[in-house]
Amino acid sequence: MRRTTLAGSSSYGDTGPLRSQVTPIASTLFASALALLPIVSGAQLLPNFGLLALLSWRLLRPEMWTARVGIALGFAHDLITGGPLGLAMSLWTFLLLIFDFVDSRLIWRDYWIDWILAAFAIGLASAFEWKVADLMGAAGPMHTILPHILISVLCFPAMLAVVARLDRWRLRR
Amino acid sequence: MAPPSNRRPGYSRKAQYGLFFGLLVAVAGIGVGLLLLAASIIDPTGLRAVRGAAMDVTTPVAGGGRGIVRTIQDAGRTVGDYFEAGSQNAALRREIAAMRRQLIAAQAARFENDQLKRLLRIPSDDRPAITSGRIVGSSFASSRRLATLSAGSSSGVRIGQPVRAPDGLLGRILETGRFASRVLLVSDRSNVVPVRMLRGGIAAISTGRGDGTVELKPLQVGQNPFRPGDIVVTSGTGGIYAPNVPVAYVVKLADDGAIARPLADPAAAPFGIVEPIFEPDAAAPPADPDTGTAEGDPA
Repeated sequence: MRRTTLAGSSSYGDTGPLRSQVTPIASTLFASALALLPIVSGAQLLPNFGLLALLSWRLLRPEMWTARVGIALGFAHDLITGGPLGLAMSLWTFLLLIFDFVDSRLIWRDYWIDWILAAFAIGLASAFEWKVADLMGAAGPMHTILPHILISVLCFPAMLAVVARLDRWRLRR
Repeated sequence: MAPPSNRRPGYSRKAQYGLFFGLLVAVAGIGVGLLLLAASIIDPTGLRAVRGAAMDVTTPVAGGGRGIVRTIQDAGRTVGDYFEAGSQNAALRREIAAMRRQLIAAQAARFENDQLKRLLRIPSDDRPAITSGRIVGSSFASSRRLATLSAGSSSGVRIGQPVRAPDGLLGRILETGRFASRVLLVSDRSNVVPVRMLRGGIAAISTGRGDGTVELKPLQVGQNPFRPGDIVVTSGTGGIYAPNVPVAYVVKLADDGAIARPLADPAAAPFGIVEPIFEPDAAAPPADPDTGTAEGDPA
């Protein structure tokens, strides 16, 4: 739910609802579409940019989205990346719900806690994806996803910085 | 920063119901997502229309940039070649001379082979390819090893057909759109290819490892028959993959098999050739003595 009216800050808001509302969604979709980069790789190398963008926006602007945004964005992510339908749809919504719960318990969070939360979310997502791949007959030892988790966790601050910059541009008059 | 408390929106009943309704929608969304997921796990080819249409839309995006990326990849190699031009030239000339001798011997052997086959009335297994397309992308952010091919059902591609590059086997078609299709690479964990060793013809099973390599397991129990550098080709057992397509070369020995690297690198393969599904048990057509025209098979 939106609380900008309660916050009453004059520097934000009134920047055209289109830009301020479309930017987060468009940027997350764009990050999902980075999976279409014409890189052909033999191994699981690059992070799941769509998930990183979603986590960044959620941690940066907790009040902006409700958990059900994950249904639409996750479904779009599944279609764009060609993953099993419903994987990101259920996973992202679930992660957003967890963040809502965590936010209601935590009194304060700073940059490092954000990073730790994101790391947990990335680990959970990778484990879930591995389990689904396992059920689809592509079973392998679980330790093979560890490098991918590490790369994703290390990429998260970069994505957060990009999203923060986008956020500033989005709310600029 | 302090997170906003999303739990208690105050005493407003309307706001409380709004929150609760939002939660219900989210939980319902997770439920629908899990159902979809279960459907795609149980029947991966289901929901084909939706996925195919999405692939048709996204593939041109990937295809456009592929040329640029390839140019950048090639640039490094070109600069390196320039510096080593002298020594490389001499080495290549020696290699060409050796190759030419081998080529003549191979052509003679092939001619003899064709003659013998005709004598035995074995139908030639040179079948025309269905179509070819460019490899425009891959699932680099996922633990599955899939590639996107820029040819779809409009050019005759069907699910299950094997895909090869000039250097060797790439995989088989997993799902198709009208103008694009997804290829399950040999290095995917769920891709099992029956192979045999070129040296000695020992049958083995190749299973992907998900990291760009495959694992080879010999069908015979006993001592490890592999040696580093060994090449395995498809055996044609069980259908789908036609025999004698190069698959991988052994790089390392393991406990009861070997680790091998696919000969066709999807990142470097210029294009993928889609071939018809190999059906060894299908009724053989009457022997036609004119089918000896060997075409293709450049490897």
